[in-house]
Order: sequence, then structure tokens, then C-alpha cells
Amino acid sequence: MFESLSAKLDGIFSQLRGRGKLTEANIKEATREIRLALLEADVNFQVVKGFVQRVREQALGQEVMRSLTPGQQVVKIVRDELTTLMGSQHTPLTMASQPPTTFLLVGLQGSGKTTSAAKLARKLQDMGRRPLLVAADVYRPAAMEQLRLLGEQIQTPVVVRQGSRDPVDICRQAFEEAPQHQADAIVIDTAGRLQIDETLMQELAEIKTATNPRYTFLVVDAMTGQEAVNVATAFNQAVSIEGVILTKLDGDARGGAALSIQAVVGKPIQFVGVGEKLDALEAFHPERMASRLLGMGDVLTLIERAEQAIDPESVADLESKMRQASFTLEDFQSQLRQVKQMGPLENLMELIPGLKGAKLPVAGEKDLKKVEAIIGSMTLVERRNPALINGNRRKRIALGSGTRVEDVNRLLKQFGQMRKLMKSMVTGKGKSHRKWAGMPMVRPF
Amino acid sequence: MASGSGFFQRLRSGLQKTRQSLMGSLEAVFSRKRLDIDTLEELEEALILADLGARTADKVLQEVNVRVKNRTIEAGDGLRDGVIDILRDIMTGAMLSAAETIAQPRPWVLMMVGVNGVGKTTTLGKLAHHFHQQGGKSLLVAADTFRAAAIEQAAIWSERAGVDVIKGQPGGDAAAVAFDAVQAACARRMDRVLIDTAGRLHTKAPLMEELKKMQRVLGRALPDAPHDIWLVLDATTGQNGLAQVRQFHESLGLTGLVLTKLDGTSKGGIVINVAQEFQLPIRYIGVGEGVDDLRPFDVAEFTAALFDKV
Repeated sequence: MFESLSAKLDGIFSQLRGRGKLTEANIKEATREIRLALLEADVNFQVVKGFVQRVREQALGQEVMRSLTPGQQVVKIVRDELTTLMGSQHTPLTMASQPPTTFLLVGLQGSGKTTSAAKLARKLQDMGRRPLLVAADVYRPAAMEQLRLLGEQIQTPVVVRQGSRDPVDICRQAFEEAPQHQADAIVIDTAGRLQIDETLMQELAEIKTATNPRYTFLVVDAMTGQEAVNVATAFNQAVSIEGVILTKLDGDARGGAALSIQAVVGKPIQFVGVGEKLDALEAFHPERMASRLLGMGDVLTLIERAEQAIDPESVADLESKMRQASFTLEDFQSQLRQVKQMGPLENLMELIPGLKGAKLPVAGEKDLKKVEAIIGSMTLVERRNPALINGNRRKRIALGSGTRVEDVNRLLKQFGQMRKLMKSMVTGKGKSHRKWAGMPMVRPF
Repeated sequence: MASGSGFFQRLRSGLQKTRQSLMGSLEAVFSRKRLDIDTLEELEEALILADLGARTADKVLQEVNVRVKNRTIEAGDGLRDGVIDILRDIMTGAMLSAAETIAQPRPWVLMMVGVNGVGKTTTLGKLAHHFHQQGGKSLLVAADTFRAAAIEQAAIWSERAGVDVIKGQPGGDAAAVAFDAVQAACARRMDRVLIDTAGRLHTKAPLMEELKKMQRVLGRALPDAPHDIWLVLDATTGQNGLAQVRQFHESLGLTGLVLTKLDGTSKGGIVINVAQEFQLPIRYIGVGEGVDDLRPFDVAEFTAALFDKV
């Protein structure tokens, strides 16, 4: 996500960093390029104007010009400004003191409300809540059916009134039914509407009054253009929103909408949708996103994902194995599976500082599959004791996994090196590596 | 042609916001007496705000500069006409390649593709209705086997439009559904086969491969099928629209675009932007939620609705 914007900014910064001294002309040139990069990323025009002006003023200030590393200073200014633009701090959800806590999802057609409603319910489940979904989109054909099916997938009850034309009535019924389902959170999906459609906006206001939600979230497609700000402003005026769910961020949308809405409407982005699966909804952290935009990586998100995908027991188990140097190919295989749960390799790489831009060979994901196939073609005994694997066995494994003997050789060699590395780490030489002990150590070819 | 002018009115009112925002800010520029740097900067601003994109805006500015030097443009009304001229040229240029009429094989097979939530199913439903009114038998193929209830949605549209539908199974093989549908259409002597596909982000290579597979498989059911592959583009989309067109075009070889949600709020500038970057014709545009609000795209009509004063 955001690749092209961060790639552009990267280029601009590397020019700045390289200079020992910055002239006014340098900075003017750089800010002009930043302006263009932001505009092409769909950042709102007014926002860009203000942003560039603030950066320029600060960059031309005495402190920067006199500093030894003016380039770095400018990068820092841009980063701080970007963070402010996106809303400085992530604010976690809080639940109503009197359950149920109600969430109302609103937005344009096709922005992803129904899917986001199911994802939000799933998130609430993860937080230990019992959500109830409400299908209040009475207009789009089969919208209710869609939510019913999604609810089934995440085992969440859904209030559906097929044929009903009155969303307010459906919501009222949902509140009546909530106790039966022991629901302590209610997520309401509404029909998509244009912000200039007065009748439908009025209807939305009525739904809001009837349900009194704790959170009204505007669902916005990350690919939206300059219009995003107008949409957000109008919805905020009509039903006053608490925040934004930004969807379809797993494409190559440059996310200018993300930068603009906070700046103009003053409402934070609460969640971002990053995939088609129902667990692909992440909390939005402005400061991390700013780092990611500037190609500085996002280690915090990486660690969080690792924590989610990797179960703590196996980490402890792994640590003891590393200490005794009894790490086997079998363990390696289970590690691989866990890494795959963390999402596509390419996405992970961009979270690691310094690895962004250092383009992974496109075959990364394929190589992982190869490694899996090779290990899969070994017998249990071979996996536990790789030393056993002689030439004949290698041939058999290559044949079984559809790879070449060279591939098997390479894997075994790398595995041997990895084991050595682990030994040296646990014997205390690599002190800073300790916190990475739980991280799967995958080295594709 | 009463219905035609009725649609023009709808198009006008649909594009009202686009016209107001684009022309509103342009008017301010045009009202300036002198063509100086400030005026040009304001012009650029107005164009970018309409989602024309920095590159296309730049092209317009360069063109203005050239014409100023040749003294074919002056400040005020001259500038207005000049800019409108340039924008019209860009759009007409793109549509020229569409001038060749679509040959009408029977059945004519159309694949509708696009990212999630642009309005593929809705557009296809309206298109089925449109074709139904023109006469001939159309078959709607609900081959979005991924999104929950997408098949039901297409089925409801087929009822509304009064056309036959062939439904896939949720989670089933979309290419197989399309293959069966085309064979059935041949057997039933249908005129048109309209295939709905699952929305997918253009960056997801495996999902794009799936579409290519459907394209290949269709060719086996009927030589030359699919005859057309149209990309549905949401008019609210910003500069990412270019990336979508590029990627889908590279993968599938698009033969046209359908622009949806052009009513009310959309900036619509992406039309000009896409026209500038790709020589792909816009086939249909949607300017409202009604079943009649999808019509063939006509440059003259569109630019008139967008730029002309009443």
C-alpha cells in the first residue's frame, strides 16, 4: 500500500540527504516535488497547499539551515507534519458503560460497508464481545442476504427482515432481539447513498436518532479521489461521524484520502481494510503509517502480526530447542506455516526498516512453496536428522518435490548455517538478537 | 428523439456538480483580465481539483501556453473557449479509436470486470435491461462466485430486466460457469451473453490470472469469445483509476470502459484523465440509480453537458 507515494518521497529525500548544505533553492525544489507527489496520491488540494507551506517555512528556519545534517532535518519535519496530518495518535475503541455498544456504518455505494460490518464484528469478537449484525440496507438487491452469509461465516447472529422497506424499524427490532442473543455490541450496516441525496441522508439521520450509536463510522474507499473530503464533510454534517474506516488499502491506492480526511474534517481513521478475508481489518496508527510512507518501515505492526500468527507456546518451545541446538527441519516447517499466516511475504518485507525498496525477488512466495515441498518430501526421520540425507535420498526428495537436486542441496546448506547462527545467538554472542528469538527465521533462497 | 433529449437532461443534472465545481473555479480564472503566472496556477488548481490529475493538468497548461504564444488564446472568454477546446480534443482523440462499430456476432459475449464495489453487477443489470428493450435475447451470467450474495443480486436484476440468468454456485469455478453459459447461449440461440465477474483489486496477480483463465476458457466455448471485455470504473475514483485501467488492460486487453456513479458528486475529471493516458473508448456511463440511467457514451453530449452554459 502507498508504494508509489513513498517511493516518490524516498527519491526526493535521498537527494536532500546527500547534501551537506541546503540552499533556499534546494528546498523550494524539494517542496515542489513533494507537492506533486502528494497531488498524484489524491491528497486534497487545499491540504497539500497548507502542508507544503508549513514544511517550507520550517525547513527554511534557522535551526535547519545551521544544522550539520539539514537533509535529515527536513525529512524529520516532513514526517512530523505527515503524522499530524493523519491525526497524531491512535485512539482505541471504548465500550459503552451500558451495553450494547452500537456501531453505525455509513458511506457511499460500493465503499465496502457490508464487508466492513462483518470485519468489525469479527474484530469485536476478538476483543471478547458478542456482536450482533443488523442488515439495514433495504435498497441494494441481495444486500441483506450478503450480510446474512457473512454473519454465518463468522458465527455471528444477523438481524434480517427480508422485504422490509423501513431501516429504522429493522434497527428497533434488532435492539429488542439483542438480549436474546446476549449481544453486547451491535453493528448496523446501512445502504450506500450519495451525500447530496437529501431524502436518503434524512433517513440516515433518523436511523442515527433511533439507535443512538456510540460510534458512527464513515466507510471510505481508499481509491477515492479529490471527492473524499467533500463526502466526509457532508456525512459529518448530516450524522456527525466519530471516525473513518478506510477500505481496499491492499491495492496500490496511494491513500491520499487517508491524509486528507483527518486534516479537513478532523475525524480520525479508526480502521483500515487490508484484504478480502474477514480478519483483514487493522487498527490505524498514524505515526506508524507516516513512517511507512517515508520508507522507514513499521516494526511495531510486524511484531503485532507475529504475535497474532505465532502461538506463544511454540515460541517458548523454539527457544529451548535453539538453546539445545536441537532445532530440526520439522520445526522449520512449522515455522514456515506460521510465517505464511502473517500475510504475503511482500507485505511483510515493507514493514521491515531498510528492506523497503530493496525489492524482494518476485519469486519470494514461490520459493517458500518450494522449501515447503522439499521438506514435505522428506521422511520424518530425515527431517529430524538431516545428516542422514545422502545423495540417493537427495535425488528421491528432489523427484518427490518436483525440484532439482541443487535446490535440495541449497536448502540443506542454508539450514546448516541457520543452525550454527542460532547456536551462536543463544550462547550469548548476539545480544541484540534476543528479542528476535521468537521471530521465525526464514531465509528463502 | 424524445428519450434522447430526456437523457441529456438527466446527464446535465447528473453532471451538475461536476460542472459547477469545475466551471465554478474555472470561471474565477477566466474572469481575470490578464494571463499571468497566477492565473495559470489557479487554472492548474481547478483542473487538479476536478481529478484531472497533475499530469493531464500539466498537459492542458502547456497547450494553453502554446496557444497563448501563437496568440490564439487571450485572457477572459478566449481562455475559457481555449481550455474547453483542449479538453474536448483530448476526449475526442480517445474516442476516435472507438469509431469502428462493434461487429455483431451471435451470440455476442461480454465480460464485465473491475475492482470491488465499482458497480459491476448493477451496471450489468441495467445493461441487460437496455439490451432487452432493444430487442433480441440476452443472457445474464452470474459468475461472481466469490462475494456473498452476488449471485442473488444478479438474479434479482435479471428478473427486473426480464432476461434469462445462469447462476454459478457460491465458491464454484467462475470460468466453468461462464463456459457452460456460452454453450447454453449457443444452444438457445441467444443474441448476447453478459458475464458478471467477481470484483478484484488489480494488484492481486492470482486473481487477475483467474480472469485470464475465464478469457481463455470462453475462447474454447466459442471462437473469438469474449468479444468484448469492459472495465467498470467508479467516477469517484481518483488517480488510482489510471492504475486500474493500466493493470486490467495489460492483463486482459480491454475493449472499453464503463463509467459509473457519475451523478451528483463525482468529479468526472478521471474521464478526461483516462482519455489522455489510454486510447480506450468509454462505452456507457451511469448517471443515476434508476434502471434507465445507463446510456451509451457520446463525447459531444458529454462535453456539452459538462461545459455548455444553458
